[in-house]
Amino acid sequence: MTALAVGDVIAERTVHLTRESLVRYAGASGDFNAIHYRDDVAASVGLPGVLAHGMLTMGLAVQTIVPWLGDAGRILEYGVRFTRPVVVDPESGAEVTVLAKVGAVDAETARIDLTVTHAGTTVLVKAQVRIRLA
Amino acid sequence: MPVNPELVGRDFPPTSPYLVGREKVREFARAVFADDPQHTDPVAAQALGYPDVVAPPTFAIVVQEQTLQQLLAQPDSGIVLHNVLHAEQRFAYTRPIVAGDELTGRLAVTGIRMLGGNAMVTSESVITDASGAHVVTATSVLVVGEGEE
Repeated sequence: MTALAVGDVIAERTVHLTRESLVRYAGASGDFNAIHYRDDVAASVGLPGVLAHGMLTMGLAVQTIVPWLGDAGRILEYGVRFTRPVVVDPESGAEVTVLAKVGAVDAETARIDLTVTHAGTTVLVKAQVRIRLA
Repeated sequence: MPVNPELVGRDFPPTSPYLVGREKVREFARAVFADDPQHTDPVAAQALGYPDVVAPPTFAIVVQEQTLQQLLAQPDSGIVLHNVLHAEQRFAYTRPIVAGDELTGRLAVTGIRMLGGNAMVTSESVITDASGAHVVTATSVLVVGEGEE
């Protein structure tokens, strides 16, 4: 891998989520919490709408760098804090944008910082991936 | 009922083995928009040195979830699911999960900290393969509100 410098953008993408995406993730992950597919349940617990699973946002965010890494096995650690929900409109869905930048580099590892935003706000904080360089 | 501080250090049995299927990995990969071929094509995975398709990094949540169910099932936990918010999630990998793995999770509650009227519950699920070797440790911080009885 060529030398990485702090601040380098290594990958970015925008993912368009729909209600179908949430149902698909519910089935794949086994997380059937109804706030992720039923408007009435979401409203009854005071949410602004049906939300994407936090783990869906976390999952799609890290996937942004996997093609660049070439091997998902180079990921040593991955962590996030969930700060803001992603509300998925029944008709227009929701866009989630991921920007991956080099946060730190040492002899054998690097820290990749993911900036994950929806509707102009950051939805994951301290989204960091520690990778093996070789 | 507030969150029971005695959950810290309690001994939880290992979960029953979870056999990672190739189609399950593909299904999960599609769900997290993981379009790299190592997640869906065994030949691409083998070219990287893996026996079968490589699960996306957050697939470990599927096994971790089984350990968290053990926590929620404790009759004296004081944790009611609809009062739980996922605040933080971390994974530390020895190797990626691959189709064919038989995985077992072992839960430990490592900390409970009160913050306002909420409890911040940190749990660590150590996931090992059929040989007992470490694969990944999944750490969650859950914010548990007291809510109504």
